[in-house]
Amino acid sequence: MQRPEPWNAARASEIIAGLSGLEGATLPILHALQDAFGHVPDAAVPLVADALALSRAEVHGCLTFYHDFRRAPAGRHVVKICRAEACQSVGGEQAAADLLSRLGIDWHGTTADGALTVEPVYCLGLCACGPAALVDGVPVGRADADAVLATIEEHAP
Amino acid sequence: MTRIFVPKDAAALALGADRVARALADAAARLGHVIEIVRTGSRGAVWLEPLVEVETAAGRVAYGPVAPRDVAGLLEAGLLDGGAHALRLGNPDGIPWLARQQRLTFARCGVVDPLSLADYRANGGLAGLEKAIALAPADMVEAVKASGLRGRGGAGFPTGIKWNTVRTASADRKYVVCNADEGDSGTFADRILIEGDPFTLIEGMAIAGLAVGATKGFIYLRSEYPHAFATLNEAIRVAEQAGILGDDVMGSGKTFRLEARLGAGAYICGEETALLESLEGKRGVVRAKPPIPALQGLFGRPTLVNNVLSFAAVPWILAHGAKAYADYGMGRSRGTMPVQLAGNVARGGLVELAFGVTLRQIVEDFGGGTRSSRPIRAVQVGGPLGAYFPATMLDLPLDYEALAAAKGMLGHGGIVVFDDTVDMAAQARFAFDFCAVESCGKCTPCRIGAVRGRETMDRVIAGESPAAHLALVEDLCELMTDGSLCAMGGLTPLPVLSAIRHFPEDFGRGGSLPAAAE
Ligand SMILES: Cc1cc2nc3c(=O)[nH]c(=O)nc-3n(C[C@H](O)[C@H](O)[C@H](O)COP(=O)(O)O)c2cc1C
Ligand code: SF4
Ligand code: FES
Repeated sequence: MQRPEPWNAARASEIIAGLSGLEGATLPILHALQDAFGHVPDAAVPLVADALALSRAEVHGCLTFYHDFRRAPAGRHVVKICRAEACQSVGGEQAAADLLSRLGIDWHGTTADGALTVEPVYCLGLCACGPAALVDGVPVGRADADAVLATIEEHAP
Repeated sequence: MTRIFVPKDAAALALGADRVARALADAAARLGHVIEIVRTGSRGAVWLEPLVEVETAAGRVAYGPVAPRDVAGLLEAGLLDGGAHALRLGNPDGIPWLARQQRLTFARCGVVDPLSLADYRANGGLAGLEKAIALAPADMVEAVKASGLRGRGGAGFPTGIKWNTVRTASADRKYVVCNADEGDSGTFADRILIEGDPFTLIEGMAIAGLAVGATKGFIYLRSEYPHAFATLNEAIRVAEQAGILGDDVMGSGKTFRLEARLGAGAYICGEETALLESLEGKRGVVRAKPPIPALQGLFGRPTLVNNVLSFAAVPWILAHGAKAYADYGMGRSRGTMPVQLAGNVARGGLVELAFGVTLRQIVEDFGGGTRSSRPIRAVQVGGPLGAYFPATMLDLPLDYEALAAAKGMLGHGGIVVFDDTVDMAAQARFAFDFCAVESCGKCTPCRIGAVRGRETMDRVIAGESPAAHLALVEDLCELMTDGSLCAMGGLTPLPVLSAIRHFPEDFGRGGSLPAAAE
């Protein structure tokens, strides 16, 4: 996975300016900021608000409504694990519990060394080959804790 | 040079398709074979992925499921000439699981290079748009009406009627919006189509644009589908360069442009008005209706919102005629339904069939029973807001009305199979939990009801006067059904009540209470 850049207001303004002409630009901008910096810090809110002529409250409301947007940095690797029904039916909850206990964290948690964050998702569209996970964007089917950790190894930068 | 087809569909990738492609390239180079690896979408037989196909003098020959470690043996067995091997499946079109389907919408998926317009045309692509351009907008809409197509996103609303409302609305601009949020668990047809044959969606949306008089379209795609997003953006670029999108859609003199947008992980943004709010850059909060989006939708303009599969059915309908489409199906459910067979099933994937087939034919004949080899106990049809049916009800036909009469719904066509280890009380609790996590918060029955429901189910599961607490759950469900603004709160009672009704033994009503899953 690409390493996020450190927060930089000038760089953020540049990203925002590049997208602010879109119709309904808020989500594309928040996605682009998160892609660049790994999260969307509170310092970004006034920049987005000014560029789109919105109130800070509106931008803040949007940022906090959507599960995707992170307001603090995640671990170096992000594992998204499906908790929805099709994956439940093939032991997904148990597989996830195994992984979390091996890492010593809970859902949304990051390991103490900052290596890895685990987030729940509800369906990845991999429901015929569950349990499913997305490891730094790489899909893993019939996943268990070993398969997830092996995928991180394989794709480690 | 031999052409080898290896899917790059996300499910195929999840099962190792990239590693197989690399192993093939490496081994071929080592052995001095000249091969070209073409990355296709998936035919939808997820249980056979990675499904590798080789172009031979006698046509394509399929092998699957192929693991990287199989590659050396396959080449030794004469893979490049379609040689015999334990994984050899022969002509892919002859694989019974695929041959017994009725592929209209998904005919090209897994066959073509998703980004090759030459492949698309050679396999019947653009014939629908060409026919449409020769028609008046009212006649395009008439064709969609006459086909009997109903919305594949969940509600099953007649597509042609919606198109006509937008067509006859007058405004300075109109929009076409594709709902590719595909939030229902157990569903993946939108994803497979976008990754495997994105031009079909683009063609369907272009026809819609011409029919309703819209010049701009958006595709709202869930962020859980990064691979689909990449393919879609590339396909839009290719279609623009070829003049299928732009100022002069295939020489028609009409303008239609498309833009793909990513959601941000909110299930409620699949509800069409929340989706429009989100596209406008706001929180995904449901709007009260009326006004309906067809009259006042995106930025207050008349907006046609349809699911991916609804748009993707349209090119076939225009190309082959409304009647040919309507000849498939039963009752008021016309055409084909791309069913997604998922969960604990031996042979899961995408099964496109005419309406009227029974759940049993899908789950047993196609699915081959459970993956765990244990008995089937329950199937959930129609996503997280759909009902749980016991194995004894599998003779229900795939039909909007029949499923509604059985207090269920077809939704987006997902069927999730559970074996006899499932704890239905835990599933009922999950339905409330999901609603609590994903509620947009606008109305009380849903926002508060889901949380109360989860708490009350916890009491039932703990064995605290289950009968009294179940009565509370049932009251709460009635309130949510009657008092919720949208189907999120309004249909959460479906999985809950169906679980209680069909599996009373799991709720402390007769029989012993199984331990909760969590
Ligand atoms: C909670 C909720 C979630 C929904 N999710 C989706 C979805 O993911 N995809 C979809 O096409 N429709 C979804 N719908 C249905 C849409 O509101 C709408 O009916 C549909 O997009 C219309 O297109 P169609 O007529 O082609 O089905 C959802 C509805 C509700 C209430
Ligand atoms: S039912 Fe739930 S999701 Fe729908 S509007 Fe009400 S609170 Fe929002
Ligand atoms: S239910 Fe887990 S990937 Fe769809």
